[in-house]
Amino acid sequence: MSSTRPESTDPAATVPADRTDERLVQDKGVVGILQAFARRVRGGDLGSLPVIVGLVVISLVFYFQEPTFLSSRTLVNITLFAAPIGIIAIGVVLVLLLGEIDLSVGSVSGLASSVMAVLVVYKDFPLWMAIVAGAATGLGVGVFYALLFTKIGVPSFVITLAGLLGFLGLQLLVLGKNGTVNLPPDSGLIEFARVSFVTGTASYVLVVLVALAYGVALVWGARRRAAAGLSAASWVGIAIRTGLLAAGLLYLTYYLNIDRGLGYLPLLFVVLVVVTDLMLRKTSWGRHVFAVGGNEEAARRSGIHVSRVYLSVFALTGTFSAVGGLLAAGQLTSVSQASGGTDTNLTAIAAAVIGGTSLFGGRGTAYAALLGIIVLQSIQTGLNVVGVDSSVRYMVTGAVLLLAVSIDSVSRRARSSSGRG
Amino acid sequence: MTATTKERPEPSVADPVLSLSGIEKRFGAVQALSEVHLDVAPGEVVALVGDNGAGKSTLVKVISGVYQPDAGSITFSGRKVQVGGPSEAQALGISTVFQDLALCDNLDVVANLFLGQERGSRGWLDEVSMEKEAWRLLRTLSAKIPSVRIPIAALSGGQRQTVAIARSLVGAPKIVMLDEPTAALGVAQTAEVLNLVERLRENGLGVILVSHNMADVQAVADRIVVLRLGRNAAEFNIADVTTADLVAAITGASDNVVAERARRGQPDSIAGAVDE
Repeated sequence: MSSTRPESTDPAATVPADRTDERLVQDKGVVGILQAFARRVRGGDLGSLPVIVGLVVISLVFYFQEPTFLSSRTLVNITLFAAPIGIIAIGVVLVLLLGEIDLSVGSVSGLASSVMAVLVVYKDFPLWMAIVAGAATGLGVGVFYALLFTKIGVPSFVITLAGLLGFLGLQLLVLGKNGTVNLPPDSGLIEFARVSFVTGTASYVLVVLVALAYGVALVWGARRRAAAGLSAASWVGIAIRTGLLAAGLLYLTYYLNIDRGLGYLPLLFVVLVVVTDLMLRKTSWGRHVFAVGGNEEAARRSGIHVSRVYLSVFALTGTFSAVGGLLAAGQLTSVSQASGGTDTNLTAIAAAVIGGTSLFGGRGTAYAALLGIIVLQSIQTGLNVVGVDSSVRYMVTGAVLLLAVSIDSVSRRARSSSGRG
Repeated sequence: MTATTKERPEPSVADPVLSLSGIEKRFGAVQALSEVHLDVAPGEVVALVGDNGAGKSTLVKVISGVYQPDAGSITFSGRKVQVGGPSEAQALGISTVFQDLALCDNLDVVANLFLGQERGSRGWLDEVSMEKEAWRLLRTLSAKIPSVRIPIAALSGGQRQTVAIARSLVGAPKIVMLDEPTAALGVAQTAEVLNLVERLRENGLGVILVSHNMADVQAVADRIVVLRLGRNAAEFNIADVTTADLVAAITGASDNVVAERARRGQPDSIAGAVDE
């Protein structure tokens, strides 16, 4: 058996402080890790499993319909088109973690890109200043929502539904009579979003550095835990995890490099996801976000400034929406009345949910945005490659969203019966 | 004994760490607290008892900063203070274990223990130090919690109570308030919580114990403060109080069954007694 129980005679001498309880099942070795994983899944703690299974199914289905779906070129396109809405989806994940919703991310992204485009094209502002103004627009909207929510107590559903309409109107007003603003073709934003790629040696150096940083962080964490007398990850486990990450990233880089490589835009998206994830898991701010999402009253009584948490999250959601909108504008080289329309809105929210963020608050990770948007973009690109009408695309996307929420609800029930919250 | 008897020993304590006087709290037309006073000395266990609606929980919430009193003053460590919120109460050194425990089901034990007072530097959490301290705290309570990395949702009621009490000790408070700490506990866990209250007293902490359970109160309290309908009804030293006195003070009536039995001279043999 791979499960052992520590001797109860002299626990302090040999057993780490967190492994002394004789009821605790201990998992040793690779088989043990797999058993622990199986227990978690049965207990309803599905994590990213459904999304990854879904992604494999989608890939296989489209691959057998049209082998070019898994070509390097298609995959590079998926990463490029996924990134702007993915960045918006990070903000949606944050607001969902609080158990709230932002229905207006699309309108806010459209408004921010309109502000930016009008400043650059009509007012001759420098690009960086226009970008800052665009991002600040999103920030301002987020702060406005937070004040309405915390001071007046309007439900976020209603606030953001009003924002969806109101800011769409403001976007039309900002754009003026022409309706469409074309960015200058030599704009740095267009260059960043369309034609800048990490490729060749630089990409491999980047991958090696990321894997090294990951490995060093794991080793450092394990040593600190061991020094404090707590159980620590084994060296073999760390080596396997780092090795798997390095191998996976290297192969992905090699495959993307056959075509254009990893774009700056998707790279920025991934960096934002990783940073958000670290903020959520490793800082007290992140801890407070989960606490407010899990039990707002308990969080308040613990002395957490609940309204500050709401303010920071709504502000971040607004900013992420704006940044996503700016990058989408760069990618499409223009801003129009349709920028940030229904498609953007629903795709960003659906991505966060499909990626595994619970609608009930307090449960999810920043990686949900990454996984969710890749699933949705794969479906969209796949249906395009196969040559299916957009009517089918909407229906498929709707079905996937429904499936994801159903999985969330079912696993929630499994969790409450197995005591995993 | 009449209902309005005020048996307030003067002075109630020599050098209180926490002293409340003239506390008033109204909710609309309901006067929840009127002219309530309460003193707690270091190393003293004060039991706060009273019937449902007597104002116990309201008083606890006033002390812990959840409610602001409409009138009255709170003196802590010889200084007049305004407890503007739960975090201010914590900063002063008043920690509270609420009746509903106020734990986040989705977070693990370590996260709940240090919620609102996380350890780390510049906002980054120091999980290792928190986990180590979590085990130390749980050991001092002889807590039976298999792992501190499981979500609260996976724990039993008694284990949750233990976590909540352990949490009140994070940050070295001077006053610990326990609101109905034994209400949901089994026999062994109740004894464990009462032992813990003893240990808090030995460490020189002032303890306010809100309870319905007269046996628990008489087991650990030094002084018993009775509230009735939002007023101080009586105050007893544990040495010279009987269950009959307590019940009379709580209900405000002397013609209850406990007093009746006490008059018949058999105050302790309740179980198995047959009416004559």
